[in-house]
Amino acid sequence: MGNQQFLADKIRTEEYLLNMGPQHPATHGVMRMVLKLDGEEIRDVEPVMGYIHRSIEKMCEHVSYKQAIHLTDRLDYLSSHMNNEAVALLVEKAAGIEVNDRIKVIRTIMAELTRLASHQLWWAVMGMDTGALTTFFYGFRDRELINDIFEETCGSRLTMNYSLIGGVRYDLHENFVKRVKDFIAHFKKKLPEYDNLLSNNVIFRKRTEGIGILTKEQVIDFGMNGPTARASGFACDIRKKLPYSAYDKVDFQEILATEGDAFARYKVRILEMWESMSIIEQLIDNIPEGEHRVKTKAVIKLPEGEFLQRVETARGDLGVYVISDGKKNPYRLKFRSPSFANMHGLNTMSVGTKIADLVVNFSTIDVVVPDIDR
Amino acid sequence: MGNTELKNIIGSWSENLTFVEEGSEFLIVEVPANELRDIAEKLKTNKDTAFDYLFSLTGVDYGTELGIVYHIESTTHNHMIVMKVKTEDRETPNFDTVTDIWAAAYFNESEAYDLFGIKFNGHKNLRRIFLDDDWKGWPLRKDYVDEFNMLTR
Repeated sequence: MGNQQFLADKIRTEEYLLNMGPQHPATHGVMRMVLKLDGEEIRDVEPVMGYIHRSIEKMCEHVSYKQAIHLTDRLDYLSSHMNNEAVALLVEKAAGIEVNDRIKVIRTIMAELTRLASHQLWWAVMGMDTGALTTFFYGFRDRELINDIFEETCGSRLTMNYSLIGGVRYDLHENFVKRVKDFIAHFKKKLPEYDNLLSNNVIFRKRTEGIGILTKEQVIDFGMNGPTARASGFACDIRKKLPYSAYDKVDFQEILATEGDAFARYKVRILEMWESMSIIEQLIDNIPEGEHRVKTKAVIKLPEGEFLQRVETARGDLGVYVISDGKKNPYRLKFRSPSFANMHGLNTMSVGTKIADLVVNFSTIDVVVPDIDR
Repeated sequence: MGNTELKNIIGSWSENLTFVEEGSEFLIVEVPANELRDIAEKLKTNKDTAFDYLFSLTGVDYGTELGIVYHIESTTHNHMIVMKVKTEDRETPNFDTVTDIWAAAYFNESEAYDLFGIKFNGHKNLRRIFLDDDWKGWPLRKDYVDEFNMLTR
C-alpha cells in the first residue's frame, strides 16, 4: 500500500485528447469525436461532423418540389419512406391536394415496415457494438424479408422513392398483403428470441443499465426527440401528437420509459417494434379501394408563405420547413433532422463514463450520419 | 393556447414587436435584434407561454436581409410560435446567442454560422460545423457563386 501511494505521488498524470473516427466501426458512418480523457474516463466529447455534408438544402433550392423528394432518401437512408412522405405531405398541405384513404393507409403501412426494418438493423448493430456478433445475423435475416417486400412493390430495397406528391408511385403488388402477413407471423416468433438472446443477457444488462442517463428536463432543453427522448419520459411521438396519414385511425401506444439510461433507450425501441406490428395488423386487412395516385398538375407551385410538416421517422421528429415565394422551387427549404438534434445530448450522456460506454451511448441514440450532415 | 391569446401576452412585453398571422399556420413574431435575448427569456420563463423546446433554428437569406427563424414549442401547453430576427448588415451580421436559454441552439447556431456567416455573440464554440475551416464564403446565401454547381441554370 505504501509503495502504491509512493508511485501515485511520483507519476505525473494529465488529461489528453483522443480522436475517435472518422473511420471507426462504432460511429456507424463517417464521423469523428474528439475525446478529452483522464485515463479511460471521458471528460468531454466534441463531435466533428460534416464528412458527408452534401448541402441537400441548397440543392433543393434549385429543383422542383417533385424532384426534391428524391433527395430526401439520402438524409436518413433507413427511414427513406418517412422522409419522402414528409415532403409529400407538406406539398399536399400547402397546395391543397387531397389524397384518398387508400394512399394514406399504404403510406402508413410502408412507414411502419420501414420503422421495423430500421429498428431491426439498429438492434443488429447494437449487439455488435457491445460485443455480441450473433445479433447482427439475426437482425439482418429478418430485415431481409422486409426489403424483399419493398422490392416487389417499390422496385427498390432501401431508398424507395415511393411516396410522391399526390400518392405513391406504384400500386401494391398482388402478393403484398400475403407477404406482409407472413412476415408479421414470422417476426412475432422471432422478436422474443431477440429478448432471450440480448435483452436478458447479464453482460449486456451490466453494459447498458445506469449508463448515459438523461433526465426529462435535459432532453427537452437539448431539443432531443424520437425513441431516445421517449426513454427519458418525454412524450414526443408525432404520430400521437400531430397525427398524419392514417395514424388517427389506428390504436397504438406511445412507448415511454422513465429511467433515461442506455437500457431504457434499448427497451423503447424493442417495444416500438411490437407497436409497429400491431399498427400494420390493424390496417393490412382493410386497405381501402381506390386510385394509388390522384391527378396533380404537371408543375406544382406553392402559394407564397411558409409551411412546416413534421413526421415521426425511425429516429424521431423530422421537420420540413419551406419558405415559398410562389415559384415551382422552394426559396428556402430546411430539414430539421432528428439525428442532428439528438447529438446535443451526447456530451452530457458521456461525461464521467468510460470509452466503452461511449460506444454503447452512441449506439442507443441510433444516429445515421448522413441525417446529421445532410 | 390560440394565436390571438399568445399575441396579446407577448405584445404586452415590448412595443417593438411585429406580428404576422397570414401565410403561416403559426403566429410569427418579429423581434428587433437588441431585444432578442430579452424576449426569448420571457418566452421560456413566462408560465402562460412556457416555450421550453427549441424545435428548429433556421438561417434565411431574404435578399437584402439575413435572418434567423426560431420554431419554439411548449411541451406543457403544446403550442408553437415562430420567432424571427433580421439584420441588414451583410458584412458582419451578428445576433446574441440563445444557447443558455435553449441548449438545443448549440449546434444549430454553428450551422447558421457555417452556411450563412451569421455570428452569435456569446456562443462558446462557434465554428465551421460542416464545411472545412478554410472554406471561402457562405454557401446558403443567395449571392454565393459556386462555379462547380452543375444544377444552376
